Amino acid sequence: MSRAVEFVTRRRGASGTGKGWHWTDVFTWVWLIGGLFIMFAPAAWLTLSSFKTSAALSEFPPTLLPYVTETVKVAGSGKPLPLYDVTLPDGKTARLVELRRIGVIAQMADPAKPEVVIKVNIKDRKPVQKLHFETSNYTEPFVHFDFLRYLWNSVFVTVTATLITLLVNSMAAFALSKYQFRGQNAVLIVIVGTLMVPLAVIMVPLYSVVSSLGLLDTLWGVILPTVATPTGVFLLRQYMLTIPDELIDAARMDKASEWQIYWRIVLPLSAPALAVLAIFSVVWRWNDFLWPLIVLSRSSLYTLQVGLNVYSGQLNVQWHFILAMTVVTMIPVVLVFVFLQRFIARGIATSGLK
Amino acid sequence: MKANGLLSASQTALMAVVARVMGIIDVPLRYLQRKTGQSGMAAFFLAPNMAIFAVFVLVPFVINFVYSLTGGSAIFLSDRSFVGAQQYSEIFACGNYLDPNSCKQDVFWIAAGNTAAFVVLQVSLMIVAALITALILNREIIGRSFWRAVFFFPVLLSPVVTGLIWRWIFQRQGVLNAVMQGLGLEPHDWLTERNSAFFASIGVSIWAHVGFYTLILLAGLQAIPKDLYEAAQMDGTSRQRVFWRITLPLLMPNLIVVLVLALIKAVQIFDEAFVLTHGGPGTSTMYLVQYIYETGFASELRNPGLAAAASILMGAVLVVLTLAQMAASRKNEKKGAR
Repeated sequence: MSRAVEFVTRRRGASGTGKGWHWTDVFTWVWLIGGLFIMFAPAAWLTLSSFKTSAALSEFPPTLLPYVTETVKVAGSGKPLPLYDVTLPDGKTARLVELRRIGVIAQMADPAKPEVVIKVNIKDRKPVQKLHFETSNYTEPFVHFDFLRYLWNSVFVTVTATLITLLVNSMAAFALSKYQFRGQNAVLIVIVGTLMVPLAVIMVPLYSVVSSLGLLDTLWGVILPTVATPTGVFLLRQYMLTIPDELIDAARMDKASEWQIYWRIVLPLSAPALAVLAIFSVVWRWNDFLWPLIVLSRSSLYTLQVGLNVYSGQLNVQWHFILAMTVVTMIPVVLVFVFLQRFIARGIATSGLK
Repeated sequence: MKANGLLSASQTALMAVVARVMGIIDVPLRYLQRKTGQSGMAAFFLAPNMAIFAVFVLVPFVINFVYSLTGGSAIFLSDRSFVGAQQYSEIFACGNYLDPNSCKQDVFWIAAGNTAAFVVLQVSLMIVAALITALILNREIIGRSFWRAVFFFPVLLSPVVTGLIWRWIFQRQGVLNAVMQGLGLEPHDWLTERNSAFFASIGVSIWAHVGFYTLILLAGLQAIPKDLYEAAQMDGTSRQRVFWRITLPLLMPNLIVVLVLALIKAVQIFDEAFVLTHGGPGTSTMYLVQYIYETGFASELRNPGLAAAASILMGAVLVVLTLAQMAASRKNEKKGAR
């Protein structure tokens, strides 16, 4: 036992040279465990809640896990009735169904003998509950609402925008890193200078540009303004600068065309940078909210983010559907987090882009 | 390619299709190359990106100024009448410059005031939290990459998801009030009371972004040479002194970059706060971007000229911050070169 304690509390480094715990060690672990809770618990709570029935969601205080009250079919009644454990006046307990409830008095009966009505104060009873994952929260919005449509729109926008981003950004980066031409520096300065022109500053004129191009209320109106990311051009250019020019000269001697040099030599060699940009682009485009909100007004074109916002803003919010659809919206990002988090972390640490 | 052996049959087929398409594109491009030469091809490679960039960033950026000088509710510039600096004087028409309610465009000034308060509180609290987290992650702890990932998780979530997660927690019948009740405290209407809604939007925004800044600061901490710490240890320097005399000064360039980046982001607060509270209750969580959005598009009394003027004023603040960042990172580079 003491060896186990010694093992668990063993520490490395300057502070762990056999001395007792410094207050900073305690603080470190309090901060980390607290951080673990604060960072993950909200999303976990949302996910657990998304499996509750709408009746369970309106309960206060809420239960941690999704429970439903067990029901049983009784002769002489159409729908299944809820079961309760009741403490009877004589101190015994019995499992009864609720026939109807008037104020604080419930009329209950033994499921086997529904004709004998027992009046019970609702203080003296507890519902019989079982664990139940309400999967219809997930299927209903897809079948009866437009969420399948929104999901498709989101996927279409994300995939198309990312592919176009990779193509046009890598072409521009190739031109800016492997050619010498007049005005090169001017182009670079313009690109880097507008790195910081956020959407919020230009949204009014951008709206008029998009609408005069006839792209208003189309998914292309969402996609096109986002694809020429200066960040992407800059990231790829910096990477392509490390590709040796000798490779390109050798290809030219072998009569390769410039286009062939681009897609057979430079693109494959830039794969790591392209991968980082692809991951970022997927997360950016999947999460985009303000611009789609402005451009899309027809509800069949909403992306998941816009659809979620609209449905959650309605007067009678159907939380059981909203929660489930929020989880669906979260899934791609959680997958990216689980599998690609390290690449993103490296990308941010080295370039500071987000 | 190294991974060739791992490619499945369908992937190889896809590669073949891509190769064929690229080959077909190559035919007209070879012709183009013969006509224009190598430098002409540079223009060709640059063209698509620059065209999109020009249409969707540069043109809007320039005509934004024209917009701010026109009036009316029409969207197309040709339908709008020139009014000069009227939109700006409208914004600055105030009885008393210390009281937003005395201004003609009181909502603008309320939103600007909210944004300023938000920026100060959010940025300062977030940077302190990011610094503490980075310092802790820089220690020799078990499972460091796991812990780093923990704090990074919310960064990837969409603002809409973030807003909804916290709306679900903060709502009247939510889990936070259940916990409060369990502790014997009064439940509180978090999102429908002015102050708590404002602080909720700050807290949620810190939660969503602190991991990003932690990563940058952590990279800065890891770049500090270890021998400095060893020398300090040999001299028996106390922990506090090591922190104030070594860690903090050497981290300062990164801290400044993080500070400016966080300021630039915080000025543009919109998405998560909008989903969380929709600007309410009243105008207590109405921030500048929401004001621009609603003035430009959403309200019945639409006024794109006013929205453009407001966005230019906000842009001016961002330009100042961006110049500060450029200066800071240049100083940074010089330090690295030394």
